[in-house]
Amino acid sequence: MAETLTLGKALNLGLRRALEQDPKVVLLGEDIGKLGGVFRITDGLQKDFGEHRVVDAPLAESSIAGAAVGLAIRGFRPVIEIQFDGFVFPAFDQITTQIAKMHARSDGKVPMPITIRIPYGGGIGAVEHHSESPEAYFAHTAGLRVVTPSSPADAHWMVQQAIAANDPVVFFEPKRRYWDKADADDVLDPAHASYPYDRARVARPGEDVTVACYGPMVRTCLEAAEAAAGEGCDVEVIDLRSISPLDVDAVAHSVDKTGRLVVVHEAPVFLGLGAELAARVTERCFYALEAPVLRVGGFHTPYPPSRVEKLYLPDLDRVLDAVDRVLAY
Amino acid sequence: MSPAGADGGPELVQLLTPEGERVEHRDYALDLTDEEYRGLYRDLVLVRRIDAEATALQRQGELGLWASLLGQEAAQVGAGRAMQPGDFAFPTYREHGVAWCRGVDPLTLLGLFRGTTNGGWDPHEHGFALYTIVIGDQCPHAVGHAMGALWDGGGDATMVFFGDGASSQGDVNESFIWASVFNAPVVFFCQNNQWAISEPLERQTRIPLYRRAAGFGFPGVRVDGNDVLATLAVSRDAMARARDGQGPMLVEAFTYRMGAHTTSDDPTRYRLAGDVESWKLRDPIERLRAFLHRQQLVDGGFFESLDAEAEALAVRLRAGVRALPDPGPLSMFDHVYADPHPLVEEERAAFGAYLASFADAPGGGH
Repeated sequence: MAETLTLGKALNLGLRRALEQDPKVVLLGEDIGKLGGVFRITDGLQKDFGEHRVVDAPLAESSIAGAAVGLAIRGFRPVIEIQFDGFVFPAFDQITTQIAKMHARSDGKVPMPITIRIPYGGGIGAVEHHSESPEAYFAHTAGLRVVTPSSPADAHWMVQQAIAANDPVVFFEPKRRYWDKADADDVLDPAHASYPYDRARVARPGEDVTVACYGPMVRTCLEAAEAAAGEGCDVEVIDLRSISPLDVDAVAHSVDKTGRLVVVHEAPVFLGLGAELAARVTERCFYALEAPVLRVGGFHTPYPPSRVEKLYLPDLDRVLDAVDRVLAY
Repeated sequence: MSPAGADGGPELVQLLTPEGERVEHRDYALDLTDEEYRGLYRDLVLVRRIDAEATALQRQGELGLWASLLGQEAAQVGAGRAMQPGDFAFPTYREHGVAWCRGVDPLTLLGLFRGTTNGGWDPHEHGFALYTIVIGDQCPHAVGHAMGALWDGGGDATMVFFGDGASSQGDVNESFIWASVFNAPVVFFCQNNQWAISEPLERQTRIPLYRRAAGFGFPGVRVDGNDVLATLAVSRDAMARARDGQGPMLVEAFTYRMGAHTTSDDPTRYRLAGDVESWKLRDPIERLRAFLHRQQLVDGGFFESLDAEAEALAVRLRAGVRALPDPGPLSMFDHVYADPHPLVEEERAAFGAYLASFADAPGGGH
């Protein structure tokens, strides 16, 4: 059997390549050194690159982000790790008021090439604050880019592209997919490097319904598409990959063909990415649409206790339900 | 112990009394040339003139807001002149005196308050970051910058400015911790001007602010912030320590905000006129002027020509601020990102087309 790589290991190798290729890349985060991060994404990196390249930070998220600003001003290319999605909020001020705006307010003289890695999403049976999907907060802020890989290959290459970018990139990692595997040769194939990290891609071509999703929901939607195919419905799955910028062209192109769109994310539906995509696709594809755009996502509730998170998280059945409803028009 | 005390307490480092008498301090020597003494006086006078002119320009409607540094000139000039060209400063929005020392044209400071820019100068050119309005946010920036000096061998030191109000912020306290555990070459320069808009020092602390440093594991010192010689000596020492690998230091410059928080504030609602009067007796410029006279370092021509220079500077600011061009209607779309972002470009094009649609209207166009 061919060698495989998990998404987590693919990220680890991507970070390793970034550290090798640019001496100005430094990693900051809690427990990322000797421990290798609570998910082991930085495993072995401090040992190989030293304590000045892979830095165990004090437990202070705001100043992890704030220190990255000073380092970026100095010419470094910081990659910071926020340990869990729910822990990013102490750093929210630095990310939105400082990191996001510095390039504009300096008339382009002070870029902020900072990558903010955040494991996000639910499905791992975690305690409170460890399962959230806060991407909309960041996508709402001009100056930030927000991307999220769904596969080991994308994780490996997109993290390198994010680090090489001259803008701040909030890099959401689908934590429940850290253990998903793919063929190692394909994951590491340099051909991936030429595909822009801020473009969507068609994860599964289809003719009848477009399902747009990202991050952890891509696998769920691909499984739903398989199930739908068994019932004679040909679903096209689009992995958005980037939330800001949002590749509306890719979705509109698909909807022009299918006339039907379902948007799926773990984050709450209300004012989530699905709302933005629905508005834009309605504007772009008004005459092609055969049905209203439907959304599947989290509820307007706090993320629930893990014993019932299965009910909160969109699953195959809820995606199929939306596909059925959008076809019923 | 009270956090303030009317005179700053016995630990206050002072080299020049309010009466202009030079006194020695066991820890801080300062030996300046006559030219350097005159230079400091010139700095103080010109910085105050810039400030007065900006306040007037706000009253005349030329600026939307101004944050006056009146009373804090010596703290800022002492700190600013302690920095070397390769050092880097992270200011709040009131560090006009430090900006002056770092060679930032005061006219560019006014752009921010007039509303022609959210920045104004090149931080790299001056070693002076953009003004930071969110209270305390610049402190972690400074620590990161200083940690970078440890890693890239820069050999420089970083100085960060904040106030007594900011000392309550999480970011400031986090920064103390980072600087301490990484032994970062950063000097925390706190201008304790006794007031955070309407809130007195007692709402921020029960102990003198400089003493907080001990709890974080590095030295703190309280200096007479209205004594430019003492702030210079203490700041030089702190920066030299930092460059020398001895880590961070907290300098509390004990001073007083003689004016309002900003031109939008009304301090008569929360503080007594008598307090302001008593601080007038400790004016930073008067005491250096008395010293210059006492030491016969100047003649009448010095003050005359300095007055003329200050007036010329004010005239230049008045004319310059009115001539600052408004940003172009599409300039808000510039530099949002460093790399192309399709949404920004789409919105720029659409809004540009919208504006252009008025070009043919009678008397229209934007």
